[in-house]
Amino acid sequence: MVDQLTPVLTKRWLSPRSWTLKTYEQLEGYTALRKALAAHPDQIIQQCKDSGLRGRGGAGFPTGMKWGFIPQGDGKPHYLVINADEGEPGTCKDIPLMMADPHSLIEGIIITSYAIRANFAAIYVRGEVLHCIRRLNAAVKEAYAAGYLGKDILGSGFDLDVVVHAGAGAYICGEETALLDSLEGRRGQPRLKPPFPATAGLYASPTVVNNVETIASVPYIVNGGADWFRTMGRERSPGPKIYSISGHVEKPGQYEAPMGTTLRQLLELAGGMKDGIPLKFWTPGGSSTPLFTAEHLDVPLDFEGAAEAGSMLGTTAVQVFNETVSVPWAVMKWTEFYKHESCGKCTPCREGTYWLVQILQRMVRGEGTPSDIDTLLDVCDNILGRSFCALGDGAVSPITSGIKYFKDEFLALCDQNAKYEATELAGASA
Amino acid sequence: MSTSEEVYAASPLDPVETQRLVQETPADTSVFDELTEQRAREIIARYPVPRSALLPMLHLVQSVEGHVSQAGIAFCADLLDLTAAEVSAVATFYTMYKRRPCGEHLVSVCTNTLCAALGGDAIYAKLREHLGSDGKPLGHEETSGEPGAPGSITLEHAECLAACDLGPVLQVNYEFFDNQTPEKALELVKALQAGEKPNPTRGAPLTDFRQAELQLAGFFEGREADLDGPSAAPETVRGARIAAERGWTAPAMPDHAEFPPLPEKK
Ligand SMILES: Cc1cc2nc3c(=O)[nH]c(=O)nc-3n(C[C@H](O)[C@H](O)[C@H](O)COP(=O)(O)O)c2cc1C
Ligand code: SF4
Ligand code: FES
Repeated sequence: MVDQLTPVLTKRWLSPRSWTLKTYEQLEGYTALRKALAAHPDQIIQQCKDSGLRGRGGAGFPTGMKWGFIPQGDGKPHYLVINADEGEPGTCKDIPLMMADPHSLIEGIIITSYAIRANFAAIYVRGEVLHCIRRLNAAVKEAYAAGYLGKDILGSGFDLDVVVHAGAGAYICGEETALLDSLEGRRGQPRLKPPFPATAGLYASPTVVNNVETIASVPYIVNGGADWFRTMGRERSPGPKIYSISGHVEKPGQYEAPMGTTLRQLLELAGGMKDGIPLKFWTPGGSSTPLFTAEHLDVPLDFEGAAEAGSMLGTTAVQVFNETVSVPWAVMKWTEFYKHESCGKCTPCREGTYWLVQILQRMVRGEGTPSDIDTLLDVCDNILGRSFCALGDGAVSPITSGIKYFKDEFLALCDQNAKYEATELAGASA
Repeated sequence: MSTSEEVYAASPLDPVETQRLVQETPADTSVFDELTEQRAREIIARYPVPRSALLPMLHLVQSVEGHVSQAGIAFCADLLDLTAAEVSAVATFYTMYKRRPCGEHLVSVCTNTLCAALGGDAIYAKLREHLGSDGKPLGHEETSGEPGAPGSITLEHAECLAACDLGPVLQVNYEFFDNQTPEKALELVKALQAGEKPNPTRGAPLTDFRQAELQLAGFFEGREADLDGPSAAPETVRGARIAAERGWTAPAMPDHAEFPPLPEKK
């Protein structure tokens, strides 16, 4: 039996000055790099495929497969870009990881760059986390001084430069193609796919974009092997995962457990619901993943488990809300967020989020009518699957799932206005 | 010289007038001294393609002026061989680039759903009221006091700041103050107004908005001590601590994990 918590990525976080090279090297740091540089790059890609590692940035794409898409021998420069834009509401795992253990990310970057034959990598980190950026910069500097970065790394003949790039406040830049445009010094708006970044990414060259937690997992896979990685988690979602628990629990925080852990288990570790007030709703992986309720306490939180239960694993940002929180209010707040962050490129999302906010604000003010619920769902229907990027799809998740499980609460807000509906209000809209 | 579509689309003036303004209004870039220009060139040298330097350069510009002015736009445009319109279109897209001069400190309160439910909205309301004048609460991105003067404060509400387990949170110059209440936040802001610099919960001792922007542009010289402080917040390591206490670990790694054989070329 595997233990309930399996610290791998988080195992150094308790060590004093864990962000320094000295501590990192004392705790097996950079041993995986030496091993990797002695292997053939294609063996590393194969090992990553065998491990079953899937992207930790939300979509769960198989990482080794993504690396394998990079054309080799094409004569073009290749790039690795780390998505450290962490902005999905509820998500708070990558920033603490980079703050406490930046070298694990850097070691993962070097190994991955070697595997995909990239000589330049960028860490695109959201701008609002100065202390994290500071530690990343210092870690990169230390890595250069120690010969882990720069020319002829550890005598292997492999060269790599890494730059830490601070973003400037735009959630959409977490979307990988918007991120690339932003990194090229443009407005962060998504690109049409195909071409995918693997063929035309940064500066139109083959590029891998991976999440922080994904790449920080790589050194452990190299050291432990694919089979070891698969001792944790489930068949199609293997490995350990950092679950970020926030909200109305006694002990919010980061809990690294095998994939497939349930909220019931996580709540037990996190000391249960705060002040014993019962659970009402929660997100399994950020606000873009449809809400769950107390019915879903035993859903295994991995890619398949969350999807089978009607949501998504997303970023395992478990935001827990108790019975004191109004669902329409929470949904309104999230919708305000999506409206603010819509990049404006496509009409369904730009206009749709605008109307959704208007309607939800009206309902929360007590001025809605029951037909507003249908209007909301109708607008959602025009956004879902019709938007240019996944931000639009994410924006409707809280609304459609909120109405699915808590329709009565929306109706109760509108009840007082129901009697007018048949007369003046309906007439006004005719 | 071409001017990008966004500027025309955004301009209430007719295109000819817009073009005249864009091209003819001279911007005085003399506030950007030699050191700043040298730093800008250092930023450009970090990237395979110069234009990638634009976002950090706009942070650099804010470290000098406390916002992105027309002069700041011209400065970036000159060095990157872009039009002012192209730079402007980028600067206006991102929340962290301010169009009006900021106060000595920028206070950002997370009012995204989770923090809001835990008190973030109340914190923001409290600070708006305290920093407002004539019975009018301070608005989003407005400044109390003379921008840049000691004790001046720009207030904003922010989206999720990736610290939800520590919510409700706020930031001063992008340093975190965790687990806030309206009372604590008010006390903090009063201290800032009085010229004090209370320590953030995690992160380096406070400086001011402009110094923070210089660091975001990637310049940390002589600030090594800033790196200190805890590895992580106590809340962050709760899982790791429980595991340590209960002796829970990940399964042991094999002594010599082999790589798979080299796949055959297809
Ligand atoms: C609106 C939006 C925001 C996103 N934000 C992030 C983010 O902050 N961090 C991240 O790693 N992925 C984010 N993603 C997912 C990325 O597009 C991409 O799938 C991911 O970086 C790939 O890395 P992975 O395969 O390692 O998960 C976002 C996607 C969308 C549509
Ligand atoms: S869905 Fe929204 S964020 Fe994505 S491209 Fe369209 S407007 Fe932009
Ligand atoms: S909701 Fe405030 S930090 Fe995430």
